[in-house]
Parts: sequence; C-alpha cells; structure tokens
Amino acid sequence: MTMSMTKLLKEGPKVVNIGVEQFYADLKTQKAEAVSMDWKPSAAGGDLLARLKKLRKGGN
Amino acid sequence: MIDIEKANGEALSRLLSAQPVVVGMGKAKDTVPGMKDRMLLHAGPPLSWETASGPIRGGVMAACMYEGWADTPEDAEKLAAGGGITFDPCHHHHAVGPMAGIVSPSMPVFVLENRTAGNTSYVTMNEGLGKVLRMGAFAPEVIERLRWMEKVLYPVLDAGIRLSVERGQELDVKNMIAQALHMGDELHNRNKAGTSLFLRAIAPFLVETCRNSADLAEVIRFIDKNDHFFLNLAMAAGKASTEAAHGVEGSSLVTVMARNGTEFGIKVSGLGDDWFTCQAALPDVLLFPGFTREDTNRDIGDSAIMETYGVGGFALAAAPAIVQFIGGTPKDAANYTLEMYEITEGENNMFTIPALNFRGTPTGIDILKVAETGVTPVLDTGAAHREPGKGQVGAGIVRMPAEAFLKAAGAFADRYLGE
Repeated sequence: MTMSMTKLLKEGPKVVNIGVEQFYADLKTQKAEAVSMDWKPSAAGGDLLARLKKLRKGGN
Repeated sequence: MIDIEKANGEALSRLLSAQPVVVGMGKAKDTVPGMKDRMLLHAGPPLSWETASGPIRGGVMAACMYEGWADTPEDAEKLAAGGGITFDPCHHHHAVGPMAGIVSPSMPVFVLENRTAGNTSYVTMNEGLGKVLRMGAFAPEVIERLRWMEKVLYPVLDAGIRLSVERGQELDVKNMIAQALHMGDELHNRNKAGTSLFLRAIAPFLVETCRNSADLAEVIRFIDKNDHFFLNLAMAAGKASTEAAHGVEGSSLVTVMARNGTEFGIKVSGLGDDWFTCQAALPDVLLFPGFTREDTNRDIGDSAIMETYGVGGFALAAAPAIVQFIGGTPKDAANYTLEMYEITEGENNMFTIPALNFRGTPTGIDILKVAETGVTPVLDTGAAHREPGKGQVGAGIVRMPAEAFLKAAGAFADRYLGE
C-alpha cells in the first residue's frame, strides 16, 4: 500500500517497524503512528542455513 | 534418509508420556550411579577447578567442609586445587542440581522413577534461599543446615516416602506440576504452590511414621518456609522425562540444557552424548539491595531442565505473580511463553496455562528451529554472586546464548546430511 506525498505531509507517516524496537520507541516519542513487529534475523549464517534447508527437504 | 519430523515426534512422545514419581531416598554414595568417594557432582557441562566459577568454587568448599575433608575454606581450596577431588557433571549420573548443583557423597537425594520407561533420576533436597551452598556460600550456618538436613530432614522424609511406596501411593510429581501451573507457579523461580502441594501430599505419611513430634514440626516448618523446596523434585521429574527422550536417531530436540557458571551446554536427542557448549550468559536480573551488576556471576545451574521439560520460563504466562520478583509485566510474561512456541516441537498434553485458554506449554526445544529463527530459550532464574561465599544476588529473565544451538545444528547437519 502506498501513501501520496500530499497525504504524508498532511497526516504524517504511518509506520510498521520490523526488528529493533528502539526505532519504534523513537517514532512514538515523536507521536508518529507506529506499530512494532518483533522479528530477528536467523541465528544461523548462510552456509548453515542452506544445509538446514537441505535437511528439512530430506537430506541427500 | 532420516525423517526428522517423525524422530522429533517420537522424542516428544517419550517426554510427554513420562510418569515421574518419588520412589525413595538415600545417601548419594549409596544411591547415585557412579558416585565415588572424594567425588563431587556439579551443575552444567564438564569443568575443572581452574575453569570453575566463584559459586561452584564456593559450593565445592562448603561440600568439602560438610564431608569433613577440610576444616576451613582455605584447606578446602587447597584440596580441590591440588587435584584431591574428582569433578563430574550431575547429568553424567542421571542427576540434576540447582545453581552450583554440588552433590557430595553423604548428601541425601530423592530418587524418582519414570514409570513409563523405567529410568530413574536423582536430586538433593533444597536448602532455601540466600546464603546456601548451591549459591556458593560456605559460612558455618550453611554447613550446619546441611548437617541438619542429613540428620533430621532426611530420615523423616525418607520414612514417609517409604510408607507411600509400600502403600502404592507414590508421590506423583508430574501431577503436582500440572496443578501448580494452575496455581500461579511456573516451576523455576516460583514453586510456592508446588511446595504446598508436596507438603499436603506427604503430610499424612510423615505423621504416621515420625515418632518425634518436635522433629516433625521442625521438618514441616522448614519446608513451609522454603518456597523453593519443590524445585528440586520438579527438576528430577524433568530429568527423568527428558532423559527418556534422549537417543532417538534423527531427533533434533534438546534433552539437556545446563550451565556451570562459566559455560552453557546442551545435549541433543539424536546426537549421542556430546555436549555443545559456549560461554554462559551474564544475567541482567533484578538485584537484591546492596548488590550491583558487577557482582553477578555468569548463568549457572541445571535448573534449565525445567525449560527443557516445557515449564519455567516457557510457562511464564501461568505465573503473573512472579513478574514482581523477576521484573516486567504480566503481558511480558505471556509474550515470553508465546515466543517459545516458535522454537518447540509441540504443546504439552498435561501442563496447561489458564491465561492462554488452557493451551499446553511449549515443549521440546528444537535446535533447528532455534538456528532458523534466531529465537533462543528464555529462562527465569536465580543469580549468584561471582565470588565464592557470598550467595544469591538476585533473580530474573535470562536468554540462552545461540552459539551452543548453532554448534549443535552444525553437528546435526554433519551427521544427518552425510557430507
């Protein structure tokens, strides 16, 4: 969904924050309309993640 | 080709179908498999005196004086540093120990049996809060309390438990845990309801067997004043249940999570006896008055078996009252539980949470889910002073470090991808 520049300037931003909660807290301090989603990147690095995906698909 | 889903289903089924009951008590040297003279069991993965943290060292010093191997803390330190003591993890002996987790040969232990699989587990009696051996304290009152526990508490409880077994009315710890969850406990940092249920269940047997009313009154007062008395029994129930889930080929479920104050370690059902370890977390907890964060030791104790079992931090939504003690709000507590469903295999069929519409607690931590999501287990735990002899400094929430899970996930891929 997009927001026109005029609407943005008139009504202010509506933000969905994903991840680091401090960005959400800063927006709220400035009274911006915002929601925060708790999300973290995968703990495993690229190589391990690829191998785990392979395992999930049934190995060799 | 390995079917991980099927293997994890089997491991979870073994964990959930376990029926741990109290079948007896005994001195560790006569009861715990592999226990030897001059041997001390400790919490967490293997360690040496050189790598041992302050609370482990303090607990070792207390145990040496309790056993009569040393007269002073200094003598005990010399004995341990000189190689005069054999150290071994509790988990290598089907046992668990809270905080420092020290088990010495003369300490009485409860014996629990998983009636489904027939395996047994062992745990000491809980000493209470504050200046206690498990928090690394070794003052004279600590040793005196341990001796009272051996000379008075143990025989009184032992006689009562014997009678309960003779009558075929063994104390059903799993049932007590299920009830305690509905009474505001999460069974790691809050065991008030569990302790009350245990006392209520054992009381008639104690009254029938104890001939000394002064001793009986002292025993009941001791248990009543120690809200954590049930923790040890619940931990042994967790150990008997998770151990039954160990050794399922192809399963990526965690069967041991434990910390020794220096390292955090896990074992995985389908990865044999290997420990996967990393540095233990530094708990950022609510501190008792007079202590600072610099006083806090790294995370310690086998009590993480409670989360491995599907309660403790995983059942925080059941225990809104505990947030006053560990920090946060009841909403935070519920969120911690909800987050843990992301890294677990299933929902508990016996342990349920009223505030979540009696949803089963998240149970069966999957190393692959931890590695894939980046979500790590939360524990609500006690924190010990980093120096030997000082005791507990606070309690709160602590996240387990991802590194041990990533190492285990790597080993799991090595083994089951065959690359």
